[in-house]
Amino acid sequence: MRIGVPREIYAGEKRVATTPDVAAQLIEMGFDVAVESNAGAAAHYSDATFEAAGCSIAATANEIWAESDLILKVRGPDEEETARLKTGQTLISFLWPAQNPELLKQLTERGVTAMAMDSVPRISRAQKVDALSSMANIAGYRAVVEAAQHFGRFFTGQITAAGKVMPAKVLVIGAGVAGLAAIGTAKSMGAIVRSFDTRPEVKEQIESMDAEFLMLDFADEDGSGEGGYAKVMSDEFIKAEMALFAEQAKDVDIIITTALIPGKPAPRLITTEMVESMKDGSVIVDLAAEQGGNCELTEAERVVRHQGVTIIGYTDMPSRLAAQSSQLYATNLRHLLTDLTPEKDGQIVVNMDDEVIRGATVCKDGETTWPPPAPTISAVPAKAEPAPAPVVEEKKRSVMGPIIGMVLAGLALLGLGAVAPPSFMAHFTVFVLACFVGYMVIWNVTAALHTPLMSVTNAISSIIIIGALIQISSDNEMIKWIAVVTAGITSINIVGGFAVTRRMLEMFRK
Amino acid sequence: MINNTGIIAMSYIIATILFILALGGLSNQETARRGNWYGITGMAIALIATVLGVVTQQYALLLAALVVGGTIGLIAARRVRMTQMPELVAILHSLVGAAAVAVGFANFMDPGRLSHYVGVELTIHDIETYLGVLIGAVTFSGSVIAFGKLSGRIGGKPLTLPARHWLNLALLIAAIWFGREFVLQSAAGGGLQPLIIMTVIALVFGIHMVMAIGGADMPVVVSMLNSYSGWAASATGFMLGNDLLIVTGALVGSSGAILSYIMCRAMNRKFIAVIAGGFGTSEGTVVATGEDQGEVMPIEAEETAALLNSAKEVMIIPGYGMAVAQAQHIVHEITQTLRDKRINVRFGIHPVAGRMPGHMNVLLAEAKVPYDIVFEMDEVNKDFPDVDVSIVIGANDIVNPSALEEPEGPIGGMPVLECWKGKTTIVLKRSMATGYAGVQNPLFFKENTRMLFGDAKDSLDAVFKAL
Repeated sequence: MRIGVPREIYAGEKRVATTPDVAAQLIEMGFDVAVESNAGAAAHYSDATFEAAGCSIAATANEIWAESDLILKVRGPDEEETARLKTGQTLISFLWPAQNPELLKQLTERGVTAMAMDSVPRISRAQKVDALSSMANIAGYRAVVEAAQHFGRFFTGQITAAGKVMPAKVLVIGAGVAGLAAIGTAKSMGAIVRSFDTRPEVKEQIESMDAEFLMLDFADEDGSGEGGYAKVMSDEFIKAEMALFAEQAKDVDIIITTALIPGKPAPRLITTEMVESMKDGSVIVDLAAEQGGNCELTEAERVVRHQGVTIIGYTDMPSRLAAQSSQLYATNLRHLLTDLTPEKDGQIVVNMDDEVIRGATVCKDGETTWPPPAPTISAVPAKAEPAPAPVVEEKKRSVMGPIIGMVLAGLALLGLGAVAPPSFMAHFTVFVLACFVGYMVIWNVTAALHTPLMSVTNAISSIIIIGALIQISSDNEMIKWIAVVTAGITSINIVGGFAVTRRMLEMFRK
Repeated sequence: MINNTGIIAMSYIIATILFILALGGLSNQETARRGNWYGITGMAIALIATVLGVVTQQYALLLAALVVGGTIGLIAARRVRMTQMPELVAILHSLVGAAAVAVGFANFMDPGRLSHYVGVELTIHDIETYLGVLIGAVTFSGSVIAFGKLSGRIGGKPLTLPARHWLNLALLIAAIWFGREFVLQSAAGGGLQPLIIMTVIALVFGIHMVMAIGGADMPVVVSMLNSYSGWAASATGFMLGNDLLIVTGALVGSSGAILSYIMCRAMNRKFIAVIAGGFGTSEGTVVATGEDQGEVMPIEAEETAALLNSAKEVMIIPGYGMAVAQAQHIVHEITQTLRDKRINVRFGIHPVAGRMPGHMNVLLAEAKVPYDIVFEMDEVNKDFPDVDVSIVIGANDIVNPSALEEPEGPIGGMPVLECWKGKTTIVLKRSMATGYAGVQNPLFFKENTRMLFGDAKDSLDAVFKAL
């Protein structure tokens, strides 16, 4: 099968859907790979490196679209590209079927099999295919870099001969993949990082990155929605949330917002008033700019200034790190292709029973297959069910049980004492005391020596040989021989038990 | 020939003290060797005093029996491999049981009995005899079956007869009824018949009891039989009116009982539930496909070696699988290599790892692993967050997170080694079969878990080479 990788024609898009390293691996899987000339130039992958990896270079996009069975792209096709698709071809790229119903309709009509990298279900098995996460990770990193670019001060605190430098305070709203990446990056640059999220289960993740989780002093409302995303919160919650942001805005230097709710415009979290309350020189990076922005003043794809506060609304963060994002995206694609070619013979099989492939496939054989049936398992482990409250009401042990037992035991002992002869009582005293001595002594034995303990108790329990010795001198032949045999077998035990104990104890060494 | 009973009694007291010191010595490795010598000395004193004080004839036969028995014991002790220790201990228990039965019968057949005891004393004496034989017979047949199971001569699967609890109850009632018969007939000079019938019942009971217990509940069974052998000796002591036997039996009995208790607690199971049996098989069941637990991530030996080399804290968690694969020596060599590279290697031992209490410690000691890096579960569990790599060798249920996460599950509430809290866990396993509890182990599907499939010894050999 022939894979074609065209140059991205969307304005400003620098990424490419495969890199020389990944292309070599695809060729190993049995594919032929053709790359449009200069497809990787913007991401610093030259045609020569692709050729060296075994790809053929196509001079024009036409060649790619006309002759490939499988087309790998980053951005979804535009009108012109869609028109070039033919029945039987397969297209894999970001498609956003929910936002682009028209595109989905056209793809279906053209009879192509289209797989959307943004529709891969969020289950653990599909993590290696999850391009949204790879891109979000890059966006989070880049958001901090962009913020640093526009922020006129250090991130880290220092004490220098020229005076003390206070560390920057960064607030990250939304601790998804992008948020966590931003937290990690800002933290490693030395800033004080705080983070807020409506999903309580991410608290641990935030704290594991050494950032502070801002708790909302509010009745436990869980913001976790399906598939590991957040959901819309109640009005009271939002009110409390806004109050928290208003307070934080006065204190922090940098705000990075990443709050998104699937299929909805981005929630408005930072009002004009809050922006105006920020210190001069502060920076806001709005990673939700494409969906309308978390900040009222955000303008998509632009940097605006409002009363000394810089608001960055870039929507192409991954593309700004094109070499890295191409590499990760290409690897995600390769993982998907590995699942698609079970025989490793360069022939793809779209197995609609596979949950990952099913989820990603938005149309096939002239039929729209989006949206897929709801994913069964969330990527977030167990969604932190209100920790099956370790049932505190420990069953009150009936006090009567043991008391009745002890009374009965006492009565039984007294009853025995009433009839037993004195000689028995003497032995019984010894017996009971010995049980207690044994109890005290054995609890002190270290667990490491339990096996030697068993073998040595085995040896000493053969003290029963004394019974045989008492009987061996009997004149009764039967008794005599029984005693001889008993002496024989118990002596196996005595010698064997002590010898093996000794052997074991010799082995224990420092 | 000592005729002074005072000297004999005093010798017995000295022997008793020495036995207690022997057990007390096991509180740590330093004093344990001296403790064993106390035990040997005590036994020697008791034997010499008895031979000189009680035995009047048959010296030659006695000597022959002692020499033959002693030689067999010595050879067995020398030859046994450390992985076979549970079998050896089980078969030695059966000998104590057999001895108790034999002494009981011989004592009963002694015609002097009726002239010596009368009335209540005779009744009590008969009950003592009866109990001694009963416990002895159960110990004997139970231990033989345990030996068979541990050595693989009998399958590890529990035998679950349809009405097995009722059968046990019926056997118990029969034993009590024949006990009454025995006491009544004995006063009239008879009683051999009910005694023999009871012995058979007790043997059947012992067989049935152990047959019903699954392979990995063996630590409880072995310690329970250990306890029984003590009680058998104690009952014999009552019968013979001999305090040394009573005390020693009580020491051994309580020792075994405590071990059983510790083992049950480590599995969070009731003693009665273990003995009632029918739980767990040694052959794991194959994972039911379909329940999507996520994906396991395999790892190769080279990668494992690389992970170990870059680690600072390594925790090794051995299980019965290590004993089966005889992998303890290569484990030691890996440990040695890593320690030479200034990597802190420790061992975390779960109380029920292996087939008898302390089994893993003995295996590691045999492989010359220093005991000061071998720790108990409670000592290391809190350290897991700092551990870079945990290696689980042939263990399953003792590292199962569902024990903590699903309190209602089959192993819910059992304390486990929380290795998943470390950075990476490498699990050595032959296949994806479940542990003996038949519970799927979510550990295998955790993101920080890697599976190294194959025979534990071969895998570790490859890891060692790569190091």
